[in-house]
Amino acid sequence: MDLHELEAIAEREQAQRPHLRILCCAAAGCQASGALEIKRRLELVLSAAGKLAEVEVTPVGCMGLCGHGPLVRIEPEGTVFERVTPADAEEIVSALEQGPCNVLHCDLNHPFFTRQQPIVLRHCGRINPERIEDYIAVGGYRTLYHVIHDLTPAEVIQIIARSGLRGRGGAGYPTGLKWATVAKSPGERKFVICNADEGDPGAFMDRSVLESDPHLVLEGMAIAAYAVGAEQGFIYVRGEYPLAIERLQKAIVQARRLGLLGAQIFESGFNFRVDIRVGAGAFVCGEETALIASIEGRRGQPRPRPPYPAEKGLWGMPTLINNVETFANVTAIIENGPEWFRQIGTEKSKGTKVFALTGKIRNTGLIEVPMGITLREIVYEIGDGTPDGTPVKAVQTGGPSGGCIPAELFDTPVDYESLAAVGSIMGSGGMVVMDEHTNMVDVARFYIEFCKDESCGKCIPCRVGTVQLFNLLTKLRNGQAQPRDLDTIEELCELMRETSLCGLGQSAPNPVLSTLQYFRHEYEQLIGVEVDHGS
Amino acid sequence: MSRLRIATIWLGGCSGCHMSFLDLDEWLIELAARADLVYSPIADAKHFPAEVDLTLIEGAIASDEHRELAKTARRQSKCIVSFGDCAVTGNVTALRNPLGPARNVLQQVYVEHSDPRGVIPHEPGIIPLLLDKVVPVHQVIPVDYYLSGCPPSASRIRALLEALLEGREPLVDIRYG
Amino acid sequence: MAAKTLTIDDHLVSARPGETLLEAIREAGIVIPTLCHLDGLSDVGACRLCLVEIEGQRRLQPACMTMVSEGMVVRTSTPRLQAYRRQIVELLFAERNHVCAVCVASGNCELQRLAAMVGMDHVRYDYLSPDCSVDISHPRFGIDHNRCVLCTRCVRACDEIEGVHTWDVAGRGVQARVITDMNQPWGTSTTCTSCGKCQLACPTGAIFPRGVTVGERPHASERIALIIEARKQRW
Repeated sequence: MDLHELEAIAEREQAQRPHLRILCCAAAGCQASGALEIKRRLELVLSAAGKLAEVEVTPVGCMGLCGHGPLVRIEPEGTVFERVTPADAEEIVSALEQGPCNVLHCDLNHPFFTRQQPIVLRHCGRINPERIEDYIAVGGYRTLYHVIHDLTPAEVIQIIARSGLRGRGGAGYPTGLKWATVAKSPGERKFVICNADEGDPGAFMDRSVLESDPHLVLEGMAIAAYAVGAEQGFIYVRGEYPLAIERLQKAIVQARRLGLLGAQIFESGFNFRVDIRVGAGAFVCGEETALIASIEGRRGQPRPRPPYPAEKGLWGMPTLINNVETFANVTAIIENGPEWFRQIGTEKSKGTKVFALTGKIRNTGLIEVPMGITLREIVYEIGDGTPDGTPVKAVQTGGPSGGCIPAELFDTPVDYESLAAVGSIMGSGGMVVMDEHTNMVDVARFYIEFCKDESCGKCIPCRVGTVQLFNLLTKLRNGQAQPRDLDTIEELCELMRETSLCGLGQSAPNPVLSTLQYFRHEYEQLIGVEVDHGS
Repeated sequence: MSRLRIATIWLGGCSGCHMSFLDLDEWLIELAARADLVYSPIADAKHFPAEVDLTLIEGAIASDEHRELAKTARRQSKCIVSFGDCAVTGNVTALRNPLGPARNVLQQVYVEHSDPRGVIPHEPGIIPLLLDKVVPVHQVIPVDYYLSGCPPSASRIRALLEALLEGREPLVDIRYG
Repeated sequence: MAAKTLTIDDHLVSARPGETLLEAIREAGIVIPTLCHLDGLSDVGACRLCLVEIEGQRRLQPACMTMVSEGMVVRTSTPRLQAYRRQIVELLFAERNHVCAVCVASGNCELQRLAAMVGMDHVRYDYLSPDCSVDISHPRFGIDHNRCVLCTRCVRACDEIEGVHTWDVAGRGVQARVITDMNQPWGTSTTCTSCGKCQLACPTGAIFPRGVTVGERPHASERIALIIEARKQRW
């Protein structure tokens, strides 16, 4: 495979493609609401009309507005239909020529679409994720070619460092710095790992990216491998994502067949093999040291850092671990240059962030917004407020490691530092909107229950602390708590934050602490009348 | 100096702590010179009196009667000591907790493991009702001092009492079991 | 290689390069509680009792897994650390059924000693009182999960010294249990050599020789280090 062959594939693809195309969302969400049946019916109708040669029905990845799915898009016109049912197939097909169509039109001028800035999601809902040719047709793997042939590993790292990209898994560690550390750490072999063990309740960013554009992640990983000097990569993806796993497997096979992964990529001396490792459902395996233990075939438990994986990771070798979304940013940065990327976002948080917008919100779905956008814009403009108009009370970001941000603080810009300053975190991108009917003690209790069930049990503060905290919150909820129980809750939160071994335990108290900070009265209301012992 | 009013109560425990108290031997005579024992399993008093200076509570809270007596003791005492492991941790008395609520325990003891098959006693007002979970004393009332041990040795009891009698902060070593 | 000089609790201490902070602290005669650490076994940093404050580091670090470095300034028992240690020991006592009065290890138990050391005069948390099993299917030893603190010293002794790896951990959170082979009765284990090193390593009365009663199980964890030393010197 060389550049000419790559371009030939792209040209052939363009040439063979019928002018009219119907793109059916076939990501997990729309599939669950019957998208595959819609696709089948569309094909049947087209076939009956003898139009299968002129109109192509293509399964694509996530179009973003999941709450209004299943979604169908007409190309090149660009119309999007929402809440499509199989019964709408005939109407859609006949409208291809005659229009207009009575099927629900999706308003593409709505801020949900106009306020977004897709970089990571730029191919999502546009290409068939199961065909590498579709990816190549939109320019795929050219960046990898350019990197291998025109840039040194140091130059690649330089570009990533200059772009200001930070880890999208939640902690926001500078990606360029991480790559540089792995590159300079001595080791017989090095590894690149893509962390796709997305586990936060309400988060589905990584799943959507993998289901919609797996090659973008593979290309990003290959570039990273070239930069740090790794020849083996692993994608650690949770077992609960069967569709993502299936599409990744197909993508790897296709890329290997074309010589875009494997030995001597683009006829260079660069080799990079990628294998999938499927997680067995432990949330803690999203923590990098636990993830490494799991790939090594051991019990998925974290170990204290340092040493960091960049120095001693998989089998003791320098290992680069980045999140799906981080890898998905790489090609765009190299294509457009670091300066382009730096213009997007805020001073310390560059680029965009993908969020899974869920909860009491009209426009549930996947969004990609520039860093620095306010929560208000996301909730009221992109999300369009609550479905029944009930006032919004708070937004929870960062999953079980994050916090609840009250509506008064919705002018907070979405960037790593600002979210941390109000007691939450950027996190991997879960964003759960809550309305006035939500009890914040219940919210805190929900997340603590999650952490209690997901604690690996290795360190005492997390293993037992989560249970005690959960029991105390339950006691509170049942009106059996005394004022001193609130003190015990706060003490436990501090203990867990300061002494737990890994991020799970250290951040588990965040949902409690942030709701205590902004909604303390809801806790105090639940405290039972103290019995007067008259001592 | 007026004489101190001391009480001891015996809740869910084996009375071993009281036995250990009696092991204080001749020091009991010194104690008697400075204090009155106003309520105790080894004293003749029907009701827990008012204005007690110091109450030692042996045993865990295992029944409604224990809970009420502990509350009375707290209301009517200046200082409460959790006396021995059962009072401090639940200890042997709490061994039944993993078996589940009281009815499970009663069923096992009086029906399943009794020969011939018995019935669960039920005499409201006469036989105290078991609580579903045995808890240490400090989970029911605020406790001022804790004396661990099963039982606490006479010397450790003495160290605690001497300090309290002299108005010092007691510094007794911690020793469970 | 040159010795490293560090400051531990305001005292200048010199340590060998490659030494852990825990070794340096103990050599300086400072007492610091540990539970999952056992001389001779690898460290896992799980019990969090040996956490110390290191100047310039935002997070507390486990002394057992931190290497000494030149100029390190360490505090081993600030009021905050003391409070955390007591809380951790309380959490352990509340987790399972640690009834010293009827335990084979009473008087020879590290957990019991820790309670005294951290000043745990009572436990502020509710006792979880889980229903734990006791496995006496092995002809020589028994395991009482009521007493287990999940320090994994048995797991490491079995794996690293006996080389057998009969023990491991199954389950998550408070549901986690040490298990033998494929989570089967110990007596049916096909890998166990009955060497008893797990029993030596156990800090509490969880693993015990059969036939001992209250307070009769001796504490002999230091023999693990002795075995290692003996092997090194080929005694």
